Amino acid sequence: MIPELGKYAGTVLSAYGVTLALLAGLVALSLWRGARVKRALEAQERRMGRNG
Amino acid sequence: MSIWEYANPKKFMQTSAWALPWVTGLAALTLVGGLIWGFFFTPDDYKQGSTVKIIYIHVPSAMMAINAWVMMLVASLIWIVRRHHVSALAAKAAAPIGMTMTLIALFTGAIWGQPMWGTWWAWDPRLTSFLILFLFYLGYIALWEAIEDPDTAADLTSVLCLVGSVFALLSRYAVNFWNQGLHQDASLSMDAQENVADVFWYPLLVCMAGFVLLFVTLVLIRTRTEIRSRRLKALEARERMA
Repeated sequence: MIPELGKYAGTVLSAYGVTLALLAGLVALSLWRGARVKRALEAQERRMGRNG
Repeated sequence: MSIWEYANPKKFMQTSAWALPWVTGLAALTLVGGLIWGFFFTPDDYKQGSTVKIIYIHVPSAMMAINAWVMMLVASLIWIVRRHHVSALAAKAAAPIGMTMTLIALFTGAIWGQPMWGTWWAWDPRLTSFLILFLFYLGYIALWEAIEDPDTAADLTSVLCLVGSVFALLSRYAVNFWNQGLHQDASLSMDAQENVADVFWYPLLVCMAGFVLLFVTLVLIRTRTEIRSRRLKALEARERMA
């Protein structure tokens, strides 16, 4: 499956590994914080709606 | 219809909610497609061997590291001149993305440089200006977090963004200013003789489009979060006052 990378296999795979890990972390953090803030805002709006 | 309508948070939320699934789908398609094409279906370079495959992540991330700052500069100028809150929040939302892109460019550059130059790092004009750009990103994010009043934070971070733009431009044109250092001239050129060969160029173009679309997707998601967060704080303050 992985192409023949020869003597530079470690170099190429570590570059891709670092990149994918950083991008995945950035996407996960963005989605997680987005969902958390959205839930908190909805809860606040409900609470204020109930209390007038 | 004017572009300034999107400065209205409600209008921005409506339009971005509609656009987000499309942009996300396109980003996933181009990014995954481009990386698979580049990694699995391109040949080795006659000089650099298989390390040439790093070009598909290094060049697009370096491009976005600079362009994210340019986007923040434009948004900051809009904030300074027109006081549109969405533009200040969009600049704030873009900073962690740009910082991550800068980090990727620095890491992949070091990993690529070791076998090609025989060193992980050199105080080369382009490498050094990229490191300074990374520090500006850190400072920009820290400044937003350090100041409680959002308008004051937007004012001060906008000024920092203007100053940092010098290094964003420098990191792009450093190799043209100083003919020294290890980093080669720009890999991409309109001149067919200087540009990378087509077999590397086409998948690289797709990867660059993928990184741009990923940036747009994340800016939309994070700006929506910032707008909601601002509204949440306003409601909490209103509740405390009641």
